[in-house]
Amino acid sequence: MGKTLFDKIWDTHIVKALDDDMALLYIDQHYIHEVTSPQAFEGLRNKGLQVFRPEKNLATVDHNIPTVNQNKPIQDPQSLIQVQTLESNCEEFGIEYFGISHEKQGIVHVIGPELGKTQPGMTIVCGDSHTSTHGAFGTIAFGIGTTQVEQVLACQCLLLSKPKTMKIVVENNVSKAVSSKDIILYIISKLGMQGATGYFVEFAGTAIVNLSMEERMTITNMSIEMGARGGLMGVDSTTIDYLSKRVQLDALILKEWVELKSDETAIFDKVIVLDAHDIKPMVTVGTSPDSAISLDKRIGDSLYITPQSLEYTKFKKTDFITDLAIDYVFIGSCTNGRIEDLRKAAKIAKNKKKANNVTVWVVPGSKSVKKQAIKEGLDKIFLDAGFEFRDPGCSACLAMNDDKIPAGALCVSTSNRNFEGRQGAGAITILASPATAVASAITGKVSDPTKYLK
Amino acid sequence: MIITSNGIPLPFKNIDTDQIIPAAFLKLTTKEGYGKYLFYNWRYLEDEKLNYDFVLNQVIYKSAQILIVGNNFGCGSSREHAAWALADYGIKVIISTQVADIHKENAYNNGIIPIELSKNEVDKLMEMTENFPECEIIVDLNSQTVTALKINLKTSFKINSIKKDCLLNGLNETQFLMKYIPEIQTYETK
Repeated sequence: MGKTLFDKIWDTHIVKALDDDMALLYIDQHYIHEVTSPQAFEGLRNKGLQVFRPEKNLATVDHNIPTVNQNKPIQDPQSLIQVQTLESNCEEFGIEYFGISHEKQGIVHVIGPELGKTQPGMTIVCGDSHTSTHGAFGTIAFGIGTTQVEQVLACQCLLLSKPKTMKIVVENNVSKAVSSKDIILYIISKLGMQGATGYFVEFAGTAIVNLSMEERMTITNMSIEMGARGGLMGVDSTTIDYLSKRVQLDALILKEWVELKSDETAIFDKVIVLDAHDIKPMVTVGTSPDSAISLDKRIGDSLYITPQSLEYTKFKKTDFITDLAIDYVFIGSCTNGRIEDLRKAAKIAKNKKKANNVTVWVVPGSKSVKKQAIKEGLDKIFLDAGFEFRDPGCSACLAMNDDKIPAGALCVSTSNRNFEGRQGAGAITILASPATAVASAITGKVSDPTKYLK
Repeated sequence: MIITSNGIPLPFKNIDTDQIIPAAFLKLTTKEGYGKYLFYNWRYLEDEKLNYDFVLNQVIYKSAQILIVGNNFGCGSSREHAAWALADYGIKVIISTQVADIHKENAYNNGIIPIELSKNEVDKLMEMTENFPECEIIVDLNSQTVTALKINLKTSFKINSIKKDCLLNGLNETQFLMKYIPEIQTYETK
């Protein structure tokens, strides 16, 4: 019997199998940010411990930093303290740190791959649930809590029980109007937000294989939204092409990497097969990421509309989603804040104007994404369309900083969660692709991007 | 370790960690004092006036230590602040059909026992805590049992032996892991 990709990586990282189903698993790469790490460093100090392998850690600031005037001192005193705490912790424990004004700063899940730090076959963790993003590179990558952050700092290992494995196959190709965001929203709408709890999911099939690395990351990024411990994909020429532009690759490593795919005879605990022909541009209409429907549907067509979600959103079940007038558009986050996302957004925004009553924030995922966007003149397209083009950070995805959507306002967002209050107390979030977000910004209503993408 | 308390019913599925504690309260660099922000947007109205419609604000549930919740509790963000808020508030046990993976680890690491029971059992406990809010539930970690005399329910739950040991002995998992440093160093040389 063959092995799954997950098992191949898991098995080579077991330091020691403990009783029951627990294993001590070695972690190759640990990413750190300012919000979930201060208590972990404090824990080390309290226990008199050092960072075991500083070189396997990389820190940056993203969650709680402003996305305007990053060259000036941080105004929010609590944000300033969190950023300064991370900086001094990294200095004390010898960890590489990209501060707010560093040219390599950005959202952890954007800069890890961008810098070539995320590599096939690795185990990767971070105190952030969207660590699953890195699974697009054939890695076991998942989010952890702060106590576990402390453990990884202290011994580069975690005590873990082995999850079950699931394979989600998306057969055939999607149409030109369908993005990888639509694919993952469709998958989550089929499984439900607890559909993959307890599983590690491998994404496969023609529709997945034909995606670029950045598009693949949008898929693995949102695995957590169906409860999965993480998501991953096999290594292929797309993976290797992406990395060869960022790191020196030798023949030996390439030989190892090409093996990083599930064997044909591998058995998964669960297999789900979907058809790409069924996927259209998708948006969410409830307060959970599984409430996605295609844009030709009515709100009530979602299986995951609840009395609570209707009370919160004030939507009517009989309304068409395209009838909804919007107030904000947010383009960014670890889901859709990469250069290809900004290119897709700019392509539609070019020579157009946003609707008068809509505020549009474009927030690049990293300094490098911002620099590249400016080099390509995308910033100018956005500004001409009446969009704001900001500095990198997590921004309105979780609204920890000042980038909050006001109560009652409706935001079409390229981020990953539409929970109650996620983008600000009382704010209503509609998750969408960058193309749908820009199409909506132009019309002022939730809009299908298809006509712009032919 | 035995926890005897009435239960707090929260009969909603998929209660995410943004509801347990909104991101606005993740700005501290310490672990203490998050209890007052627990379920913030549900617990308070404008100007932090208590929302008496919300179960946590009803007198009968004030000192309860057991939370009875719908499926997939604690999904979403990995923020351990959610577990810190629950623990600081006084919650010692979560009973659900399923607790989300990351939150389950965070609960263990903060001395909270996440217990997964069958839907039928959780439904019965939910109904009891709603209709007879004063009725006690007895959670015995040693024997791994949950008992509710009022409804003649006695059932057992599964827990990994290492997690159980850490909870029973107040052991910190980090200290447990540090014992393996020699093995970890050997692994690294392979």
